[in-house]
Amino acid sequence: MTWNIIKLSLKGIYNNKMRSFLTMLGIIIGVMAVVILVSITQGAAGGITNSISSMGAQQITATISDENVSISADEVESLTSYSAISSAAPVISTNQTVKKNSSTGSYSILGVTTSYFDVQDIDIQRGRKIVESDIEWNTNVCVIGTEVAADLFGTWDAVNGTIIIGDSIYKVVGVLEEQGSSLAGSDDSKILIPYSTASRMTGQTGVTSFYIKAAGENTVNAAISNVETFLLQATRDEDAYEVSNQSNVLDTMDDVNNTMTLLLAGIAAISLLVGGIGIMNIMLVSVTERTREIGIRKAVGAKRKHIMLQFLCEACILSVLGGIIGLLLSFGIVEIYSLIASASVSMNWGIGFAAIAFCAVIGVLFGGYPAAKASRLQPIDALRTL
Amino acid sequence: MIQLRHIYKSYTLGEIDVPVLQDINLHVKPHEFVSILGPSGSGKSTLMNIIGCLDVPDSGDYILDGEYVENCTEDQLSEIRGIKIGFIFQQFNLLPDLTAYENVEMPLLYRKISPAERHERVVKTLTQVGLKARMQHKPSQLSGGQQQRVAIARVLASEPSIILADEPTGNMDSASGTEIMGIIRDLWQAGNTIVLITHDIAVANQAERKIYVHDGKLSDKEACT
Repeated sequence: MTWNIIKLSLKGIYNNKMRSFLTMLGIIIGVMAVVILVSITQGAAGGITNSISSMGAQQITATISDENVSISADEVESLTSYSAISSAAPVISTNQTVKKNSSTGSYSILGVTTSYFDVQDIDIQRGRKIVESDIEWNTNVCVIGTEVAADLFGTWDAVNGTIIIGDSIYKVVGVLEEQGSSLAGSDDSKILIPYSTASRMTGQTGVTSFYIKAAGENTVNAAISNVETFLLQATRDEDAYEVSNQSNVLDTMDDVNNTMTLLLAGIAAISLLVGGIGIMNIMLVSVTERTREIGIRKAVGAKRKHIMLQFLCEACILSVLGGIIGLLLSFGIVEIYSLIASASVSMNWGIGFAAIAFCAVIGVLFGGYPAAKASRLQPIDALRTL
Repeated sequence: MIQLRHIYKSYTLGEIDVPVLQDINLHVKPHEFVSILGPSGSGKSTLMNIIGCLDVPDSGDYILDGEYVENCTEDQLSEIRGIKIGFIFQQFNLLPDLTAYENVEMPLLYRKISPAERHERVVKTLTQVGLKARMQHKPSQLSGGQQQRVAIARVLASEPSIILADEPTGNMDSASGTEIMGIIRDLWQAGNTIVLITHDIAVANQAERKIYVHDGKLSDKEACT
């Protein structure tokens, strides 16, 4: 019986191909809107999230905003005595004019210790890192970011070249790996010099900021509280410093992402709803048009439930079929988009199938009234219409 | 088989009740061929709708095969129509989108009949009315007489206890009409109970018994006009 009713509904849809297609179009567009928008948003958000987490969720940044506070590099390094903290990198940062032949530019200079590379999880492309002896001897050496190298040296090899930072000549000993841009900024446009050299250059003994690497992902929160306790003791002023962690940024990103997804899903759900109203409209027309058919069916023994099922089935098939077509079309469009935009966008099948389930619900919801109307027709009245 | 007792039916036109059937008493025995004759507006179509369980009387009893029809729910009436009653309409009432085969099969889909038996019944009855070769034709591809034969096959496939024919020859030329009446008489001789409604005395004369309807009342003789 059920199979016969499905066959019947398919026949009804097939007999009105154009009308069925136009009715489905509302659902097709609705599903495409949901699936494509959510896939693209999540793809983009996923890219950002990846670049943030690649910078290390285990990394904690502390910035001293009060100039009168002086925390020494040794004090910062002593933080590694906490079991939650694996390494600490004190930093003195400053901006200086940098010259090389005729090129001049202002760059951010970071005075770092050897642990900086470990904490920031960056490596060098060519040459060497800043080593312990550089710090011990206050040598005028620097490791530069790829952008700085390109600006000052062009296509020439920067390693073993010299640049003038402020008033002194520095030897370039290494070039950092390219990191690309990200929300938190990157070291591509920075110049790293030994901590002691920076301290002498700026006349500053205290750190301006420092980076901490937590021992593991589970100890991040413990590490943060260790750092905060340490800073509060050192400054006695809660407003003098700021501690941040990538996971905070990640959480915020997730929130934004979820809100976006929800918003888009909401908008798309409205378009699906409109599609559903389209189905209801057509089903009502169809019931009126087929009054005589309903009368004949009832005269030869069809019960209310049979008629009800026939029309309900038709509405559901229309909406689910529309959903499936929409899903396949959006799969194609997402694939093409990711090829053209070379973005890491992937089809979100979860939301796709959720959309189809929603379509089925819409079919039942909006097909229900016309189907009930059809099933309530009295055979004698229905037979009288021509 | 069919027993109507004091059937009363009226329609409301505005605020006035117009009686259509008044105090109808009718008894149709099994294997009987009864024709109900009457001019248009006499109430014979309403009578046929009541006998066919398409409509219920305002008052009075209708006992079909020992069952009081007026107490039935809508769905029970559907079931009675599907199992006990076969309609042959003036307008054939075939579904235009279905083939002859599917039209004959359609009422069986609403009953618990296995696909194999369904197929057997459809082919058998279509063969019986001489349309085996036309099974896959749609009604629009068939002549009026052929369409009516499909409708008759549809009735036969359901194996009803009563066949109700409402002006079965009204929509066709006399040759086809004669042919259809021949089939109906054959069905009667094969043991079916037939109630035929017509305004055509020549058609009515082929029945075993004639009943006249006039102004909503029955009589055994033709009413004086």
